[in-house]
Amino acid sequence: MKGFFSSALWRGLIWQVIGTLIGAGLVTGIRALMGLTATDTFFFTEPAWVVGAFLGVLFFIGGSGIASDWFKWARGMDTPEHHEDQHTGWQKFINISLDHKVIGIQYTLVALVLIAVGGTFALIFRTELAASELQFLTTDMKLFGQNGPQLYNTLMSLHGMVMIVSILLGISGIINYVVPLQIGAHDMAFPRMNAFSYWIAVPAAVILLSSLFLGGFDTGWTGYPPLSARAPVGMQMFFLGVFTAGWSSILSALNVIATVIRMRAKGMTAMRMPIFIWAAIATSIIALTATQFIGLSFQLVMFQRLLGMGFFDPAKGGNPVLFQHLFWFYSHPAVYVFILPGLGVVSELLPVFVRKPLFGYRWIAMSSLGIALVGFVVWAHHMFTSGMNEYLRVPFMYSTLLVAVPTGVKFFSWVATLWKGKISTPTPMLFVLGAIVVFLMGGLSGPPNATVSTDLHLHDTYFIVGHFHDTIFGGFVFPFFAAIYYWFPKATGRKMNETLGKIHFWLMTPSFFVLTFGMMYIGLLGMRRRIADYDPALGMDSTHLILTIAGFGIALSVLIFFYNLFNSIRNGEKAEGNIWNSRSPEWQVASPMPAHNYEKPFEVVGEPYDYGLKDGGYIKFIESAKGKHG
Amino acid sequence: MGHFVIVGILVILMTVLTYIGLDAVGLATKMHKVVASAQAIPIDQLWHWEVIVISFLFSLIVVPMAYSLVVFRQKKGEMLDGEHMEGNSNLEIAWTVLPLITVVVFAYLGAYSLGEVRRIDPDAMVVNVKAQQFTWTFEYPEYGFFSTELHLPVDRQVVLKMESADVIHSFWVPEFRLKQDVVPGRVTEYRVTPILEGRYKVRCAELCGTSHAYMESAVIVDSPEAYTTWVTEQIKIAAESQTPEGQGKLLATKNGCVGCHSIDGSPLTGPTWFGLFGSTVTLADGSTVTADEAFITESILDPNATIVEGFPSPSVMPPYALTDEEIANLIAYIKTLK
Repeated sequence: MKGFFSSALWRGLIWQVIGTLIGAGLVTGIRALMGLTATDTFFFTEPAWVVGAFLGVLFFIGGSGIASDWFKWARGMDTPEHHEDQHTGWQKFINISLDHKVIGIQYTLVALVLIAVGGTFALIFRTELAASELQFLTTDMKLFGQNGPQLYNTLMSLHGMVMIVSILLGISGIINYVVPLQIGAHDMAFPRMNAFSYWIAVPAAVILLSSLFLGGFDTGWTGYPPLSARAPVGMQMFFLGVFTAGWSSILSALNVIATVIRMRAKGMTAMRMPIFIWAAIATSIIALTATQFIGLSFQLVMFQRLLGMGFFDPAKGGNPVLFQHLFWFYSHPAVYVFILPGLGVVSELLPVFVRKPLFGYRWIAMSSLGIALVGFVVWAHHMFTSGMNEYLRVPFMYSTLLVAVPTGVKFFSWVATLWKGKISTPTPMLFVLGAIVVFLMGGLSGPPNATVSTDLHLHDTYFIVGHFHDTIFGGFVFPFFAAIYYWFPKATGRKMNETLGKIHFWLMTPSFFVLTFGMMYIGLLGMRRRIADYDPALGMDSTHLILTIAGFGIALSVLIFFYNLFNSIRNGEKAEGNIWNSRSPEWQVASPMPAHNYEKPFEVVGEPYDYGLKDGGYIKFIESAKGKHG
Repeated sequence: MGHFVIVGILVILMTVLTYIGLDAVGLATKMHKVVASAQAIPIDQLWHWEVIVISFLFSLIVVPMAYSLVVFRQKKGEMLDGEHMEGNSNLEIAWTVLPLITVVVFAYLGAYSLGEVRRIDPDAMVVNVKAQQFTWTFEYPEYGFFSTELHLPVDRQVVLKMESADVIHSFWVPEFRLKQDVVPGRVTEYRVTPILEGRYKVRCAELCGTSHAYMESAVIVDSPEAYTTWVTEQIKIAAESQTPEGQGKLLATKNGCVGCHSIDGSPLTGPTWFGLFGSTVTLADGSTVTADEAFITESILDPNATIVEGFPSPSVMPPYALTDEEIANLIAYIKTLK
């Protein structure tokens, strides 16, 4: 553990705490001098907590040393172009590294930690929902200054946002690890900014989770005012956590775009890029241009609370519906940020295990961009019942239904890829197939929400909850697991256990079907979203019990996955060659990948997915080059 | 061609099975088993069409997938590649254009259905709805009385003019299929024509705080006769409540006090009013106080002045700026609750 206490992670966290205390103390002192109330329920007043938390982030940046190269440059000092990692083994991952592969794994690890946290929250409130009436989150109990129903609201709201941050970090993990390898780059375009994007997410996650201990918040992940303008101080931590995490998203998107534009191998024209690169680009365009809106909308509510600016307060001429427009202008495209990389993983892995070219490569590539672009003009379909101008509902219905077209292209192309292939089904492929079917369920349960009149019944019910869990599991969770099983050998030189992988899949998939279909079913019967208790007269107690059991089935399968992951790092079967028999560049060299990727640069000489052609590969290493580049 | 014929037959079979399966759990032709409003009919109709198309599309993807997995499986020990087939532009165009047409058709049907749902009857009856944490109050402007239950006559369009006193709420009666948010600072409209007599519930569908789950009120669709009887009764009660107690009760209904303060001793968000007056109350700081006029007045005007033991601090109740007379009436009403 000695290594831990000298790590950048530990230093950063300690400094974050110190920074928070200094900031909060400063504000408290000033307030005391001005004769304002200096302390409150959670010791500090709300302005003190906000300034403290903000200063905590800055102190984390300083304390972890993530920005020190930039400070050195500002002072006119030189730093080496590449920092070789000072640390080995697990310590590499809790210290600063500029290697995109290490950063990719760091992202993935934090994403997995947050999945476990967010999943635990879900299990707690899913258990509460197993029967009508309040079971253990009762009005009498008290924890972190909240009674049962308040705690329920906090956990339910945090489940949403913790999972979203986890997904954003998860896709950054895959993209960071895979993109430079697939385009033949030695690293990302801006390695320091890349590390910064990861490290800023750590204090963000800490602040977000701290909201649980500061009175929580009861608004759901959407944080609609006026409710969010009245919630406890935890609300501010939620806003600030998301605001900070947004920086990670924006900066890493910028990096991905620059990397793909500037650093592709010789001969890798746009239409010869691996399909996952198209997905990464499409998702980065959205993340780069839309994330500002959620940051901004949350910042406006922060200012409304702190400074009394009535942006969304009708009493001061503000407009609560305006918040919803700003919020969904990011938060709808954001779901495409979550799913596009996942669908990219599906398109990437499918040809490998079908041993056949990806059917309609260009169409799939363009459909990713199509989804990204159409995704920008559909936001108000979350607001059909919001009281916005009635006539707006019809154009937004058209644009929303339009998303079905590029999404359909993907499905049909995947089916055509499978057709007459030579299909094998190791664990990654199982998760790919699971992703397709689950995402199909999500896709098909979408149109009834898009057509306005049916949505008047479905909006804010468990139907929606079932629908989006289908899209997120199909679009992110299943492909994320597929990606981990698939690229784990590349990162470690060992394979994950195949039997445990299959148990994971065959336990998770049916449980998940039961869970989401059940959710949609009770939603139609009258189960509202975000409630701790429901009327026993609705007659859905037994369905809820089944859903809770299914939820625990998923949790158990993920536990098996975690065991498999950590056990395989040491004990997995050695797998140093091209174990999946893939044409992709990263598999043409031995695993694990050396620090600066390819010993020799390569050039692209064929199509990425020409399985079934006897002659010619996708890439050829350039022998004449003088060793390492970059 | 053999493969295509088999898959084609299986797709049709699977479509029928999926539809039958959904129908068996009652989800195919109606979104909810009770159809209690005229607006629910076009909505259920659109849903039914969607279920048919969903059944077909589900089968169209899943069947060829499953078929490929079985028939085109790599045999044990085999290391062969599949057929080299890069794509087919005609197919791609077909599965871009056909879904596009489907989508436009459904968007048209959706707009048409919305038009039906929003069809206005100029003779619609008006009820004013006030939503606040965590109660619904209904005002019948024609007759000038308030109610905590929404009574509606069958077969007559009603338009609810809805306002919120605090945060966003949402008016939803599943049997009516319709939902509309209630937004502070504006009046939103909910237009419905009940067609089936019965007792339903309006449930708040937009998270509005701690007791959101319990923000429910009865919605009763009466026969025209029963409705007239109820209205007459309410007018009579309103006329009789010219006493201070009666005025106080009216005030408690109108302001939604009874949403959090029960009148029968049952535990709600706030302390019960049952037997409150004159009782000894234990406060959060352990001290005790007698619930007299002064204590109740202070608690109304400044809910945070004292917190009763076992209730959240700061108080979730907003301060109410009532006049002295109103407070006196309210206290007179509370005195009757024993």
